[in-house]
Amino acid sequence: MESLPNLLDGLYITLILTFISLITGLILGIGLALGRVYGNKVISAICIGYIEIIRGTPLLVQLFIIYFGLPSVGIILSPIDAALLGLSLNSGAYQAEYLRGSIQSIPSGQMIAARTIGMSRLQSIKNIVLPQALRISIPAWSNELIYLLKYTSIVYIIQVRELTAEGKFIAAETFKFIEIFAIIAIIYLVLTVIFTTLIDRVEKSLRIPGIGAKEVLGQRTY
Amino acid sequence: MDMLEVKDVHKSYGDLEVLKGITFSMKKGETAVIIGTSGTGKSTLLRCINQLHPPDKGEIWLDGENLTDPKIDINRIRQKIGFVFQEFNLFNHLTALRNVSIGLEKVKKMDKEKARDKALEELKRVGLKDQAKQYPAQLSGGQKQRVGIARALAMDPSIILFDEPTSALDPELIGDVLDVMKSIAHEVAMLVVTHEMGFARNVADEIIFMEGGVIVESGPPKQMFQNPKKARTREFLGRISTLYGEIEEERRR
Repeated sequence: MESLPNLLDGLYITLILTFISLITGLILGIGLALGRVYGNKVISAICIGYIEIIRGTPLLVQLFIIYFGLPSVGIILSPIDAALLGLSLNSGAYQAEYLRGSIQSIPSGQMIAARTIGMSRLQSIKNIVLPQALRISIPAWSNELIYLLKYTSIVYIIQVRELTAEGKFIAAETFKFIEIFAIIAIIYLVLTVIFTTLIDRVEKSLRIPGIGAKEVLGQRTY
Repeated sequence: MDMLEVKDVHKSYGDLEVLKGITFSMKKGETAVIIGTSGTGKSTLLRCINQLHPPDKGEIWLDGENLTDPKIDINRIRQKIGFVFQEFNLFNHLTALRNVSIGLEKVKKMDKEKARDKALEELKRVGLKDQAKQYPAQLSGGQKQRVGIARALAMDPSIILFDEPTSALDPELIGDVLDVMKSIAHEVAMLVVTHEMGFARNVADEIIFMEGGVIVESGPPKQMFQNPKKARTREFLGRISTLYGEIEEERRR
């Protein structure tokens, strides 16, 4: 029982890592997806290159490069900053791909129609394409949130004391491995259930007839 | 002076020359109908006029401005050229009302209240006041197309281009759309690509018959239908009235 405050500290770090990476990853993902779909050849190639490099290499290796590799070029990050950076850069690439699928599922005629009433390309993307693409992406986004929540457990390897790391310390002191890790597993499970329920609610409240469900089925890419 | 002038417009896609020198003009409030078989460049011509597909050669003038001038602000010009699509292309995430008002808000920078009121007026004009709050997925094809027309009308254009506006509709819904088009004729100029010969005959001031990327013949409906000068025009109109004449008669029953 006396180890509870430590677990709560770890839980706090886990939640911070999850949410900040999800949001910065979303912003990065929107930029990458738009760049890939609407950018000129150079921009599109840069976005594709970034996405493929991130998706083609293990998160752990990315974290090692950021935490152990960057100091050799003079960039020294604290463990938590390195973890935030690594998770955000990683999540951005995946979110870009979810969003790209959604953007491309929107009939091109709507973009053309927006241009015919005098909207610029940027206005058409902002007012017509993105509001629909983001809605369609919500289920994939919910998945990303759950992935991130659990992937944060990997960052104990670069000395971040999040939930799993705290569990490991407590278990090593008390030798109650089964009990401690069972509790931790249950915490992750409960968080996952809470998050999915919340996002389902958000999705329902934003639902528009004719957009969503049906289109989403075809474009889950994981 | 003519409101719209199309001068020797050429357009190719790769090696395929779709438009081989199109020249015609329209007056303010005039209704012109373009007829012709599929693949003769009718839709391409409409897309050249509003610069969705800029022509390779030739000029297009609207209200005394040269649209083919590369320095022109095309987004300002497009507000004056409405476009109604065969496939409607409504914005699926917006209600009928917002489909009409979004251009007023975002392009004309009207304030929200005013844009809303004007959009509601336009929906009334096409007979869809009661559907203002519905989303495109909740509307029938004919209703969707009428929202499309209201969306174009709201921008107060000089001309509206119609690209086969009734071709994707069930026969019993075509009438509603044609009635709306008839009701706005002479309030705004209309350039209509259609196979609806009844509409062409009754509403058009001018009929343009296109084939193979050129205008074969044009003239007022009476002349075109009753004594066309070119043999090819006679042949086409003869064939299309046997094809579509029966359908139109069936509809009236």
